[in-house]
Amino acid sequence: MKKLEVSAIEEGTVIDQIANKSTFKVANILNIQKIEQVVLIGFNLSSKKLGKKGIIKIGGKLLTQEEVNKISLIAPDATVNIIKGSEVVKKFTVDIPDSIEEFMKCFNPNCVSNHQKILSRFHVINKNPIRIRCHYCERHMCVDDIELV
Amino acid sequence: MSLKDKDIISILDFTKEEILYILEISGKMEKEDRHGILSGKILANLFFEPSTRTRLSFEAAMKRLGGEVIGFDDLGTTSTVKGESLRDSVKIIEGYCDIIVLRHFLEGASRLTADSVNIPVINAGDGASQHPTQTFVDLYTIQKSKGEIENLSIGFLGDLKYGRTAHSLAYALAHFNADMYFISPPSLRMPKDYLEELELKKVSFQEVNSISEVSDKLDILYCTRIQKERFAEPVEYEKVRGLYKLSKSVMDELNVKDGLKILHPLPRVDEMDESLDSTEYAVYFQQAHSGVPVREALLASVLGVIQ
Repeated sequence: MKKLEVSAIEEGTVIDQIANKSTFKVANILNIQKIEQVVLIGFNLSSKKLGKKGIIKIGGKLLTQEEVNKISLIAPDATVNIIKGSEVVKKFTVDIPDSIEEFMKCFNPNCVSNHQKILSRFHVINKNPIRIRCHYCERHMCVDDIELV
Repeated sequence: MSLKDKDIISILDFTKEEILYILEISGKMEKEDRHGILSGKILANLFFEPSTRTRLSFEAAMKRLGGEVIGFDDLGTTSTVKGESLRDSVKIIEGYCDIIVLRHFLEGASRLTADSVNIPVINAGDGASQHPTQTFVDLYTIQKSKGEIENLSIGFLGDLKYGRTAHSLAYALAHFNADMYFISPPSLRMPKDYLEELELKKVSFQEVNSISEVSDKLDILYCTRIQKERFAEPVEYEKVRGLYKLSKSVMDELNVKDGLKILHPLPRVDEMDESLDSTEYAVYFQQAHSGVPVREALLASVLGVIQ
């Protein structure tokens, strides 16, 4: 039997194949400090695909589409597993959307979206590696520039 | 082809065919008297940041075609100082005019304006981002002075970091199989965003420190001012100020290609000596004057009177 590096959960969501450096960013997206059920975070775990990876297991939680979209931007290789009765009942990879509204901040301090009361908007111009263009100022952002709000 | 109601915000929004169409109409505007075709139309020139040349060239273009102009060029006289949002300001002004020309200190302000109103919007420069109408002027000047735009070698000299005219022109020339040479000190290199976009478009480009490294290859030298107002720290400006100074004697010493032309969006400070003005290289005053027919073409096209 395969030995688990992070304990299993009976019900909830497992986010696997998180780029190691993005693990705690994903935890922040999910606001885990406010979750009252079991949360397990693995970091520096071995991964054939990524070398090192992170994994987050959350009891009793299903991700919202907005959470999945956010995770896709900072951990594009992540997989989401829905667990019921200790079994994986659904598994999917996160998919980077073609456009993004509201939940990202343009990193250009002189962008109009950082000065007027408007929703930010972005276009994904390349998914691997991620390149995002601000709808307003047209600045490009890569994964390290992304600031979620 | 019709450009009726098209916003002119970024050169990225234009196809090669649309660019060539605008240049063709610009040529007609320069040759023919079209006075009266915009009679009854009102242009709102909204200049939240001063720019005399751009504002006056739009004003001249509108008036030459028989239209009227309203607007401002002093932020202090607008409701912005009372805290009004840009969106509210332009939605109100939309009711007073047929077309808006916007100059703004915030990048993306023109796109926000275009998203907010139902009349055409022309970006007359926003922040350090794009300045598409200047790009049409530049392309028109290149076409006139070289007879073509395809397959040219273009050197961009000076402030490529903040120089929005260079950014827009590089994007536009990507349609025309140009070889580009970006000549600047390391601190004023073309931003990585633009280089990435050019890579995506498979454009041939090279970054160099000195004009002498590439002068023998160039058909066009696009010179830009190192803009003091774009530097947050004066000391950083002083480090690069006057780094490039073109003059007749400098050009005489360089090994340059026959027929090289020098463009500059102007104003110049000390990067281009007046001794250049009377040489065969200089086309920057013709470039400035081309601003009127090109802007006539843009106004008439998006207002739908030329199709």
